[in-house]
Amino acid sequence: MSDLVVLRPEGLYCPAGDFHIDPWRPVERAVITHAHSDHARAGHRHYLAASPSAHVLRARLGEIRLQTLDYGAALDIGGVRVSLHPAGHVLGSAQVRLAHRGTVWVVSGDYKAAPGFAAEDATCAPFEPVRCDAFISESTFGLPVYRWQPQARIADEINAWWAGNADAGRASILYAYSFGKAQRILAMIDARIGPVYCHGATEAVNAAYRASGVALPPTLPAGAGVAADDRRRALVLAPPAAQGSAWARRFGEAADAFASGWMQLRGARRRQGVDRGFVLSDHADWPGLERAIAASGASRVILTHGQVAVMVRHLAAQGLDAQAFATEFAGEAGSAADAGAAAPGAAAGAPGAEVAAPASPAATAA
Amino acid sequence: MRRFARLFAALDASTATHAKLAALKAYLAEAAAADAAWAVYFLAGGTPRRTVPTRVLREAALAASGLPEWLFEECYQAVGDLAETIAHVLPAPAAEDDLGLAGWVEERLLPLRGQPAATVRERLIDHWRVLDWPGRFLLTKLIGGGFRVGVSRLLVIRALAEHAGVDATVVAQRMMGYTDTDALPTAERFARLIAAGTDGPVAAGAPYPFFLAHALADPAALGAVADWQVEWKYDGIRAQLVRRAGQAWIWSRGEELVTERFPEIAAAGARLPDGTVLDGEIVACTDGRRPAPFALLQKRIGRKTLTRRILAEAPAAFIAYDLLETGGSDRRTLPQHARRALLEATLAHAAGPGLLLAPVLDAADWAGCAALRAEARARGVEGLMLKERAGRYGTGRTREAGTWWKWKVDPYSIDCVLIYAQAGHGRRAGLYTDYTFAVWSDDAPERRLVPFAKAYSGLTDDEFRAVDAVIRRTTVEKFGPVRSVTPSLVFELGFEGIQASPRHKSGVAVRFPRMLRLRPDKKVEDADTLARLRELLAAGAPAAA
Repeated sequence: MSDLVVLRPEGLYCPAGDFHIDPWRPVERAVITHAHSDHARAGHRHYLAASPSAHVLRARLGEIRLQTLDYGAALDIGGVRVSLHPAGHVLGSAQVRLAHRGTVWVVSGDYKAAPGFAAEDATCAPFEPVRCDAFISESTFGLPVYRWQPQARIADEINAWWAGNADAGRASILYAYSFGKAQRILAMIDARIGPVYCHGATEAVNAAYRASGVALPPTLPAGAGVAADDRRRALVLAPPAAQGSAWARRFGEAADAFASGWMQLRGARRRQGVDRGFVLSDHADWPGLERAIAASGASRVILTHGQVAVMVRHLAAQGLDAQAFATEFAGEAGSAADAGAAAPGAAAGAPGAEVAAPASPAATAA
Repeated sequence: MRRFARLFAALDASTATHAKLAALKAYLAEAAAADAAWAVYFLAGGTPRRTVPTRVLREAALAASGLPEWLFEECYQAVGDLAETIAHVLPAPAAEDDLGLAGWVEERLLPLRGQPAATVRERLIDHWRVLDWPGRFLLTKLIGGGFRVGVSRLLVIRALAEHAGVDATVVAQRMMGYTDTDALPTAERFARLIAAGTDGPVAAGAPYPFFLAHALADPAALGAVADWQVEWKYDGIRAQLVRRAGQAWIWSRGEELVTERFPEIAAAGARLPDGTVLDGEIVACTDGRRPAPFALLQKRIGRKTLTRRILAEAPAAFIAYDLLETGGSDRRTLPQHARRALLEATLAHAAGPGLLLAPVLDAADWAGCAALRAEARARGVEGLMLKERAGRYGTGRTREAGTWWKWKVDPYSIDCVLIYAQAGHGRRAGLYTDYTFAVWSDDAPERRLVPFAKAYSGLTDDEFRAVDAVIRRTTVEKFGPVRSVTPSLVFELGFEGIQASPRHKSGVAVRFPRMLRLRPDKKVEDADTLARLRELLAAGAPAAA
């Protein structure tokens, strides 16, 4: 039986249905798992994505030919039955289920999976396990050192940090990815502590979330300037790129922090050069990856990005047919592996070049 | 333990000095004296003798976590710190207990030493079971002997001083020897650190805090050369020679008591009158006058026992350049020139084998100084010291009392190619920051790249990240934690000294190598050659005595 999904130079491809999933080169027909830029790129002729992602996708890609599909609903593309199921990553993120001649494959995109697949993140539907024969998974945090705390505990930490800064009369700048992480944080915080300001990039996504019906506390654009009184109690959400910029200095004496799964490791936290690191990720931790892979019931697992070699070997040791696809997905920004943007004196390569070649289980499990 | 773990977390979470100081003071205010005694010991860099071999620590972690060894190893490679790796992979704690830091160290940690491996493993797993994440991390750090936190000794001293309401220089002096391996901290010793009073009696062998020099780029701004005492900057071990109560002590700048390692200097110290403290440099000295290359001294540092042969091959001497105490009185507030006069008077009787007087150099102007500095390499010294003649002897790297400048010779430099890389530790965990560099062999046209030096400092964080990305992209092979790469990056590498070395493939060993800059303008083919290294070796070797 031939594979339902294969790797092509354009990206993941379904030969039976003649369409791509999250391709990185322009194609005729693209099924999009979610609106992050390494998965949803401009230039395709037709887009298919989950209904809740429509506003965010359009906010990021402008006018595209977009067809949406509700979670759980199915569509026939070239004889392949395609349905989308919540991935719990960000608003509108979906796993793509492909059924063809009795075989089921699932492409998960990026996902997070809390214990019991509980709904922790108020800004998107929680991960929903889908039974399949082959599961194509990310592995961004595929090492046993990555274990997330319950979201409520991180919320307490962030609120305590913010309140402490407010009492000391200084602003709290929290760096977080502008799409997904920032809105999740907005839904986590105790907005009674003080005013909340957002960087323009974050504010644009907030608008798309609100238009999609996600409840977020009131926010103010930081671009227009911040009242002196507000400055002392404000929480400011900004993308990581704003760290150390002139933009960040406008808040005067401020405490700063970074919210990311990478903050789990002291080395990464210290390298980031912020006062605090909050361990908060929209990707699955090690137990989450194991949980999702087990719940899929798949006997074959293909890893696309992150700690691919480790996960392949780990799954192979458990008797699964595990392999890798060398994709151009980047995982969570801010990792050591994809941080080097401007490389001196060498040819530019693909992000995530850590994954040099597809590793076969036989080679890596030796 | 929980309280100390909380302090550690607070110190670790913040990069701001004021926040760290506040956390330290809060801890000192609430901790029991016996616990605070150990906390100060660890924070100031004290390390008890190793209680558990790393191998046993790993075995216990594997057993407790249930991970296969290869997966644990992958985790360790990503984390870059064994204690942190272990803390991350252990199962959730069962219960927590309330034992204080002193109890943990004295009743649980120290008794592990010398126990059979099986017993140690069992106890470690029991200990981990009753600690939360910060506690586990800390315990494992303390066991592994790699406990370091972003707190300087100076900051600990400041916190103690503010806590006790005692002058910081007094506390600094009391702290001398506090972290000595053979003297374990107790509540009594801690009480003495923070006792009221400004000038407690100086313990018999205690040295003074060292006065440290600042690097100088250009002396033009220093005014008249006559205001400065000019000396050679020696390439040895900074030390104080203390003579009191009929005994001699030698302290290195790391506040380590090294008397036993330099018996010839201790013997020379016996010629000093009681109540004398000298500041100077320990050097190897084969002809009794002139310092030999540092490599010779290094031979001795590595030895556990000093054989007659080593003592004959690499005799050590103390080159005295300052005097801190005479007649049992502290002379540090005297100006430099007055201390120099006392030093010369003292050494007039005491100088001899093992104890030499550092000469003061004559220079009419800065040009004359520069000429002297140009001779430094041939004389086996690192450059010049410029000491303010009117200055007092300060504490640490301060400049209020007067300034010492070190005006080192420019480093050697060579253009070389990065060929291997290894991930760093601590702040650089997971980032490839430790590099091996190569130059071209001479045998053209089939010349090869021959490794000759390793370096891991000199780049900015951004540059490290960029180089890291190139390394990941150009990796050819992985050997454990080391990657070989397709040569593509040229660096200008600086170093302080060069020695012939039959143990190195390249035939040379360089001292203090570090990256001066990336050379994106240079191609791999343009890097320097072994022949160039040999030229430096021939030109830079100290003149024969």
